[in-house]
Amino acid sequence: MSETTPHQPDAVKFNIQIGDTLTHNVKPLLHEIKHALDKLIETGKSTIIDLRSIPLAPGEEEKILNTLGQGEVQAQLNALGLSEITETQYAGVWIVTHYNDEQHVISRFIEVTTMPEILCSQTEDVMEAYSRLTLDLADT
Amino acid sequence: MTNNKDKTLGETLRSQGISRRSFLKYCAATASMMALSPAMIPKIAHALESARRPSVIWLSFQECTGCTESLTRAHTATIESLIFDAISLDYHHTLQAASGHAAEEAREAAMKENFGKYLLVVDGSIPMDNPGYSTIAGISNYDMLMESAKGAAAIIAVGTCATYGGIPHANPNPTGAVSVGDLIKDKPIINVPGCPPIPVVITGVLTHFLTFGTIPELDHIGRPKVFYGQSIHDRCYRRPFYDKGLFAETFDDEGAKKGWCLYKLGCKGPTTYNACATTKWNDGTSWPIEAGHPCLGCSEPDFWDGGGFYKSLSMPTENIAQTAVYAAAGAVAAGVALGAMNKSKKNSAAKAHNKTTIDDLEK
Amino acid sequence: MNEIEFLSWVRGQGFQIAVIIFIAGVIIRFAEILLLGRKANIAEAKGSEMSGGMRTIVSRSFPDKNTFQRSTFTVVAGYIFHIGLFVTIFLFAPHILMFKDVIGFGWPSLPTPIVDAMAVVTIIALLAVLTHRMRDTVLKFITTKEDYLVWMLTILPLITGYMAFHRIGMTAPTLLAIHILSVELLLVVFPFTKLMHAFTFALSRWYNGAISGYRGVQS
Ligand code: SF4
Ligand code: SF4
Repeated sequence: MSETTPHQPDAVKFNIQIGDTLTHNVKPLLHEIKHALDKLIETGKSTIIDLRSIPLAPGEEEKILNTLGQGEVQAQLNALGLSEITETQYAGVWIVTHYNDEQHVISRFIEVTTMPEILCSQTEDVMEAYSRLTLDLADT
Repeated sequence: MTNNKDKTLGETLRSQGISRRSFLKYCAATASMMALSPAMIPKIAHALESARRPSVIWLSFQECTGCTESLTRAHTATIESLIFDAISLDYHHTLQAASGHAAEEAREAAMKENFGKYLLVVDGSIPMDNPGYSTIAGISNYDMLMESAKGAAAIIAVGTCATYGGIPHANPNPTGAVSVGDLIKDKPIINVPGCPPIPVVITGVLTHFLTFGTIPELDHIGRPKVFYGQSIHDRCYRRPFYDKGLFAETFDDEGAKKGWCLYKLGCKGPTTYNACATTKWNDGTSWPIEAGHPCLGCSEPDFWDGGGFYKSLSMPTENIAQTAVYAAAGAVAAGVALGAMNKSKKNSAAKAHNKTTIDDLEK
Repeated sequence: MNEIEFLSWVRGQGFQIAVIIFIAGVIIRFAEILLLGRKANIAEAKGSEMSGGMRTIVSRSFPDKNTFQRSTFTVVAGYIFHIGLFVTIFLFAPHILMFKDVIGFGWPSLPTPIVDAMAVVTIIALLAVLTHRMRDTVLKFITTKEDYLVWMLTILPLITGYMAFHRIGMTAPTLLAIHILSVELLLVVFPFTKLMHAFTFALSRWYNGAISGYRGVQS
């Protein structure tokens, strides 16, 4: 809701305000992230949490994202629509958001890892790139 | 299109110039959509790589097209549309361009070509009172269903009408509507109820079949457990209010504005199994309870006959006050009669009773 | 019949049948008792029947010291489960909605966690009462089959209600339907068993008090 509609009825806004009072799933999730970090340190194993699989009240997802904050890395992916990959202020905790062509969020993950898999160049793509470059060089 | 049929999905995508990275993104979105753990993403990638495009025949019977509308909402975006590239939708009389005999020929051809392998999707219920209530190209719904079911590998019943009879089946069921499962007993049937079902649940089930070639684990009324395994109430973000006993009494009171539980307004969440609370609607924007409306129980059998959408679950569905008054009136009459009988019994007993005299005691 | 049909039936026809039997049964039992009448007492009245009767209805709700000392357990456990039944039946929000629908008005509810705790306490008290009964030779001897039946039918709605609220063991519609059915069973047998004491206690206490009042002694 933007400022251009100052007279919107209460009923439209009511849901959004209760976000602060309903945090029964936020705390456990943050603890889960802490454990995942611990696991990453101890064993090097990464963890992926699907944010869609957790029942969240309106505003709770924002709350989680705000708590995690922004870190040093921000990357964008152009593959079947946009994807945003950001490291949070806690190194090793990443937020991966996939959008479709219409800028709708289609999935959002919290990845606890040193590098989200999707950022790495994929072997298949590298191989394809090699043969393409070879072809291109042969052409010239 | 046809020559694509023999290729695996991985090959199809690669020939369309889709990178591995894009494919991984697609798999991640798919895992999320199928409500699978992210740990499954590599497995999904592997399975999708080698999956072949199944032929899909979609039949619509007594329905409102809401289910197809819902599905096409999932169809607009790139990722979801990939799933439709991944199947070969050979017959869908609402979506296909062909009509009449040409359409029926396409259906018959697809059936013959893919006998025993195609996926049959059905929305709408089947009228059994009179076949003339609903026909397609002069063929009754019953005949078309039975004929098309013969060569199907599996059947997906989409929407509450196809799964449990839905609105056509509501009391007094004027057309004698029945569900797919009522008629077909010898094929695996996946029930995807909802009025309509959530778009990504429909595509999620399709994708599951496509990915693993198997039927997902079903509950006791044929619904995939990944989507219908938990009730609305158990995943509802208003649940803490229910537990505390804080209820909205009307749609515009303080409680409603504070987002309290909608139980008193007739919410059927406690007895309804569906994915709305987590998957949500319109690309995860919101869902009925978040919008302030109680759940109607649309993914359950006979939700239309549950005694009223705004009647709380704990309320009786019949007019009990009236019943009680009639019962009381009848009982007063019966009670008076019985009482009078007892009284006369008592009196005669008293009369028949002989007083004990000294003589008796001396006997 | 699927579970939703089962639920619809217990909320609809099943409920109707139970209420008819309950209401009719209670009224007929009352008519029988009241119409039977009593023999005229030809002794001279030494006090008021009415005030003695009324007082006893209330006063018998509190145990006298002797009774309390003699059977502390029965009294305490009895109190607990009666109060518990009252709270769980009449002060749980969904139940009040049901009453409101049937009789046209409602009343404030207690917070759900309190009712929940009371349900547990009541179940424990009822179990304790039964164990006490079984272990006491005399009590066991005088216990009839009906007593066990009544005990069963009283504890069932509590247990099924607790399970339905916490959604233990079965699907939610089935649990709710079983809970409602258990209450309907209770309603059906109510008028024909000693459960009737929930209504007749007032009558019998009144008689007791009235007799004493008439004689001018304290009951
Ligand atoms: S709004 Fe409905 S589903 Fe949510 S807690 Fe209340 S009764 Fe349950
Ligand atoms: S909230 Fe309930 S009625 Fe609404 S769509 Fe979901 S299951 Fe159906």
